[in-house]
This record gives sequence, C-alpha cells and structure tokens, in this order.
Amino acid sequence: MSAASGARHLVSVGDLDREAMLGVFHLADAFKEVAERPIARVPALRGKTVATLFFEASTRTRLSFETAAKRLSADVMSFSASTSSLEKGESIRDTIETIDAMDVDAMVVRHKSSGVPAQVRAWTKASVINGGDGQHEHPTQALLDCYTIREALRERAPDREAGREDLRGLRVGIVGDVRHSRVARSNVLAMTALGAEVVLVGPRTLLPPSLEGWPAKATADLDGVLDTLDVVYLLRIQKERSEAGLLPSLDEYHRRFALTRERASRLGDRALVMHPGPMNRGVEIAPEAADLPNSLITRQVRNGVLIRMAVLFHLLGAGGPLTVEQTDA
Amino acid sequence: MDIDEVSRALKRIAHEVIERNHGLSDVVVVGLQTGGVPLAERLVRVLKEIEGVGVPLGSLDVAFYRDDIGLRQVLPEEVTSIPVDLTAKTVVLVDDVLFTGRTVRAALDALADYGRARAVQLAVMVDRGHRELPIRPDYVGKNLPTRRDEVVDVTLDGVDLGELVPDRTGR
Repeated sequence: MSAASGARHLVSVGDLDREAMLGVFHLADAFKEVAERPIARVPALRGKTVATLFFEASTRTRLSFETAAKRLSADVMSFSASTSSLEKGESIRDTIETIDAMDVDAMVVRHKSSGVPAQVRAWTKASVINGGDGQHEHPTQALLDCYTIREALRERAPDREAGREDLRGLRVGIVGDVRHSRVARSNVLAMTALGAEVVLVGPRTLLPPSLEGWPAKATADLDGVLDTLDVVYLLRIQKERSEAGLLPSLDEYHRRFALTRERASRLGDRALVMHPGPMNRGVEIAPEAADLPNSLITRQVRNGVLIRMAVLFHLLGAGGPLTVEQTDA
Repeated sequence: MDIDEVSRALKRIAHEVIERNHGLSDVVVVGLQTGGVPLAERLVRVLKEIEGVGVPLGSLDVAFYRDDIGLRQVLPEEVTSIPVDLTAKTVVLVDDVLFTGRTVRAALDALADYGRARAVQLAVMVDRGHRELPIRPDYVGKNLPTRRDEVVDVTLDGVDLGELVPDRTGR
C-alpha cells in the first residue's frame, strides 16, 4: 500500500517507547492548531476509511474517534453491537472479514474481552486500533491523559515548564478499581515510560492481586499519600463491584477513596485532578471537586480528539514508525 | 549566489512587493516550513527598514495538505502559526526553492482555511524549474537552471539569519 510495509497497529501502549509517544504528542500539538481554526479540518486522510467496531457500548470513545477521523477528512463507518448478540470467536471473525472486504484502512475495536483487538489483526489488512479491550488496555486513553498532564504543566508554569516533554519527576496516584481497569493498566505503562512514578490506591479487593507487571506501588491509604501526589487520577467505580462483594458499600468507598470536598481543598491548586469519564458524581468524586480549576476532566475529552487524530494520521498517513518494533528506514 | 547576492535579492523583492501592492497595507507575509521561514522573517525586517511599518508574519507547515501522504513519511516540522484572519488580505507566500510546485499547491489549499485572501503572491529565492503544476512565482531571487536530479540547498550559515548561502550540489 505504501513505502512503509504492512499494516500497522496500536494494540498496547506498551508497544510505544518514550520517543514514539513524544512523536504522537508533537502531532497532537499540530492538530491543536487545526482545531482552533474557523475550518477545523484538513484533507490529510482523504479517501481513507475508518471503521469503528464497538462490540461493547461506549459513546464518548466512539464519538471521539469518529470526530478525529472526520477532521482528517476520512470516511467513517460505524458498527455497534450489543455484547449479547455476538459471541467471541467465529462470529466476530465473520464480522471483521465482512468489513475487511469493504476495504477499510483502519478498524477501531472495542470489546469486553481482553485480547480481541490483538486477535483481529490476523483477520484484516487494515490497521487495528484498540479502543478498549476488557481489563487489558485502552492505549489512546493513556496517551491523551499523559498529553493532558504535559499540556497543563506547560501552561501552569510557562517559565519553568515550557519545554517539558515527558512526565519526569511527577508522582501520580491512580485511585479506584485498579484491578479491573484497562485505563489504569495503560496509564501505568505510559506514565512510567514517560518518567512518572505511579501509586495505585484503592481497597485491597480492587487492587491487583500481585504487582508483577505493574511498575507501580500500591496502598489502601489515600489520606496517607494524598499530600505527595502531583496528579490524582480517579477511576470510575462500577456499581456492580459492590454487588459482587468487592466493595463493602458505595458510602464506605466514598468516605475512604473519593475526592471529597475536604480532600480537594487539602490538594488546593497544587495537584491536578483527572477522570476518564463517565463520572459518578457523589461516588468517586464530589460534584464540586469535578469543576475546580485544577480539574482537567473536560480537557481530557478535548485532547482525546487530538490524540486520536495523531494516531490515525500516524498509522494511515504519515508512514512513519509508531511502535518500537516497527522502525522503518 | 553568495551572501551579498541573497541580501540584494531580498531587498529587490521587498521593493517589488511594495511597488506592486502600492504600499504594505493589508499585506501579510507567510513563510513555508522549513526553508521559507527564515527568509520570510528577513523579508519582514527589510520591508520595515524601507517603509517603516511592520507587517504580520506567519509560518505554514503544509504536511496535512500534501498530495504524497502515504507515499512517504510526511510529518509536520512545526506548528503552523497564522496570526491574523486572511480574509481580504494580500498574502506573500515565501519559500526558499521553487521546484515541482507541489508544496505551493498544498500551501494554497491550507491558506484557504484561514480566510479568503484577496490575493496570494509567491516569493522564492531560487526558481529551479521542473514545474509539475501550473504555478509560477511573482518574485524571484534567482532563476537557476538545474537538472532534475540535482539538489539546491539554501542554508543558514551559523545562527545569524543574515548569512544565507545557496549552493548547487550534484547528488
């Protein structure tokens, strides 16, 4: 198809080294300028088709990818299925092969089972982008989160931080249901590769049973570490976890692990507050804490489009290397 | 073409820009990344020396508008900066070398996304021929006949933007 050989994919953020991530950030910087224009669209991917295949529901991630593709002038094909109507295995394969026959250039795949995007690579000529798989990974979320931190630091202290590229010297607390969270897993990999230190915070039942493969520390004492954190990253608490007996109660969780008004005022404007959405206001975050000036939550959404433009342009247009093993001449 | 010749060519181009536009009102200078940007900066300085007024200066990276995306690695060098709405302005687009015309074609598409300019004029230090599109320059430093396989380099010698050294090298 192009000078760069074969299809290229983004399945795990672990496939990207620091340089590859910074390359994505530089592209996102250029797309930020595009987004601010009266006509926020470039013809870069004219004639390309991006299919979003969401076997698990997600409005914001799908809209974000579709907006990104449209701002690059790509055509968008959208497929969503309730998880109950499709079983893992043959039927997914049939779906993929059908869409592959329509000559799409990229497939954004979300599935409730870990490993599906990796498997899909074998069934299509298209570039495969992981839009979130089970408890495994959500690479574009981690990239947009790290980009948002970098941007916020640059803007807060332009004299000291204007040239900041990575997350060196920062301590990030990821708070909540870490064990079941693909967002947490991808973020630990991305943030540590960019030089940050990560502390996982949550009730023991929601922390990984072993820290093997997690380059991070863990604690069940949020108040004990709160004052040391530069970034407080809150994960969504799913009410099912309480029903499954992994949480005593949502009230108890709120008391011990939520960003309450009291904890938010303890942080002051010293630390940044983040959340991947959708938020359960009143569970993991107090309603007013989400709207404080040091909250980056709406910026995360805005930057999500820029990062996904950068990933799509990299994989479909630029022809440059994105992942570590795919260095090209 | 040595440093002095480049300086004289820029001064001449500056005078031509002023003459052709009856002054500098509504003129915006835009340098093409990467080679056109230092030339555009110098052109703005020379214009100011002559007329005593500053004109807006922008820089444009055409990566997202190129027609060879997917054929080779195309990544932007710098974030584009167009400081004013271009509607009803006269844009003087500046590049170091005019060759196939494909970069200028991409630049014209990009500029249109910043407003409907009254006119776009093209200034280049070197026109080396071999156009592949119907594009011609309005201001030329030097016409330099080349073979298609030759490489024309307009480089900055050192950090001083005043020292431009075009040379002609066979590949």
